[in-house]
Amino acid sequence: MISYLTKRLLAVIPIILFAIFLMFALIRLSPVDPAEAYLAAAHIHPTEEILAEKRQEFGLNESLIMQYVQTVKQIVQLDFGNSYVTNTPVWQEVVTRMPATIQLAVSSILLAVIVSVPLGFLSAVYKNSVIDHFSRFLAYLGASIPQFWLGYILIFVFAVQLDLFPVEGRGSWQHFVLPSITLSLALIAIYTRLLRASVLEELEKVYVTYGRTRGIKEKTIMVKHVLRIAISPMLTGLGMNLGKLLTGTIIVEQVFSWPGFGRFFIEAILNRDIPVIQGYVVLAACLFIVCNLIVDVLQLYMDPRISWKGRTES
Amino acid sequence: MIASIRTASQGRWAITISSVVLLTFFLISILAPWIAPHDPVHVNLAVKLAPPSWEYPLGTDHFGRCTLSRLLYGARVSLGFAFLIFAASLGIGLLIGTLAGYIGGWIDLLLMRFCDGVMAFPNLVLVLGIVGLLGPGLWQVVVALMMVQWVYYARMIRGMVVSMKEQNFITAARMSGSSTGKIIRRHLIPNVLPPIIVMGTLEMGWAIMDISALSFLGLGIQPPTPEWGAMIHEGKAFIRSQPELMIYPGLFILFVVISFNILGESLSERLGVKRRY
Repeated sequence: MISYLTKRLLAVIPIILFAIFLMFALIRLSPVDPAEAYLAAAHIHPTEEILAEKRQEFGLNESLIMQYVQTVKQIVQLDFGNSYVTNTPVWQEVVTRMPATIQLAVSSILLAVIVSVPLGFLSAVYKNSVIDHFSRFLAYLGASIPQFWLGYILIFVFAVQLDLFPVEGRGSWQHFVLPSITLSLALIAIYTRLLRASVLEELEKVYVTYGRTRGIKEKTIMVKHVLRIAISPMLTGLGMNLGKLLTGTIIVEQVFSWPGFGRFFIEAILNRDIPVIQGYVVLAACLFIVCNLIVDVLQLYMDPRISWKGRTES
Repeated sequence: MIASIRTASQGRWAITISSVVLLTFFLISILAPWIAPHDPVHVNLAVKLAPPSWEYPLGTDHFGRCTLSRLLYGARVSLGFAFLIFAASLGIGLLIGTLAGYIGGWIDLLLMRFCDGVMAFPNLVLVLGIVGLLGPGLWQVVVALMMVQWVYYARMIRGMVVSMKEQNFITAARMSGSSTGKIIRRHLIPNVLPPIIVMGTLEMGWAIMDISALSFLGLGIQPPTPEWGAMIHEGKAFIRSQPELMIYPGLFILFVVISFNILGESLSERLGVKRRY
């Protein structure tokens, strides 16, 4: 197990180096150089002298390879530079905004799991019934509805018309309801269908017939045996769709004025705040990779049939 | 993802209906200048936020622009650019994927590692990052989406080419003296077509969603060009008085994207294409 984990962790390094490289290359390829972007974002009138000074400070006069090595060195120490706009370290900005985003993401995942486990399970057990058709409809809807529009529709119905929930901001539990629903619909769509497919697959297995012939209660077979195994692919789904969740938070935070990480990212894009953009993308890639790793490890615990050894070789 | 077992007739119906909806939208986007009642960018403050009338069937927005005309022209932008992104990323993916799969060796290794690297990012995060560094604007969005999408085609096509390369009919073609170019053209490409059609259909839906999301965030299409996502962005200010301004464009996006999704899923069942997600 240790060797498996070490191998997986080592495999993360080149991907993160690549992420940094991609961002680095894009910054150099972009028509605006960081010194100009900095002056524009900080509202300083650009003169040749200041530009030259800033170029020196950012190390833009060094060779490209040296600059890349320097960037990697800094990022490894979690130093993403200072935001051009607020002039505080990017890492600090991220840390202060992270809790809001994580809360939103966690509450959406919880909501998605609470809805999609019973829905997916029932639509497999009662295949082609009303509930199955409903879950199929929900799956198409969740995959096709623009999240920002869904957010506004919910605001219109539940905040403007019915006045049940606040329109925007963060504070009480009521503030969580609409953003979480908005964010979780796409996840519900995926998880419900994933669970349905894996339950249907399990129902074909011999042990189900065996359990039935032994006279074990149908309910026991379903909940204790089928559901327990069938739920495992959902975990993979959770890891695979983390990207969807992450980009979802960007849009949902924008709609509900949620003071999180995603909204900060959009502001940074509009201001050309290069260190923040770079920091966000690199961190998002890291988060994505690490969460997928965690999901894989969890899955090994859940399903002992997948051997550690087999995984190491692939 | 939404794969499910349906009877053949259900599948056929789904294909027919979604194709008809999509065809209608394609016609709208082509014929927009002739069927739209007004110029979509013509500002007339005298009739701003007007309710529906014979003159303005769906009313007007805060600049007095005809909502219906803007919606019809919006189809043009969304479908047009989605198709452009699809065609370009397919083209690049086809070229790189076929090359990598057919030639193999270290070129294959290098290209595929690059694809893996791009795929390690959550899709829209990378797109936003690219747009952020290149600056907001329609063309930047198109380039960013293309840069991210082609790797999926390249990976898929490379996989199919590798598995097909060793099959007998290819060996037979080579033995009978066909050139590499001819083998790729006549034998490989026809065989990889069904999965491409399925993926392309689904990707059109994603591209439309992504374009509208970026426009909504203020990073894509800049005003006054009519685009559905941007229209929602503008309409949200009037959510209390004139909610239909933001409801209509969303419905249009939903209809188009859901049709692409249903068509893609149905085609994948029909053509027997297995999908991993």
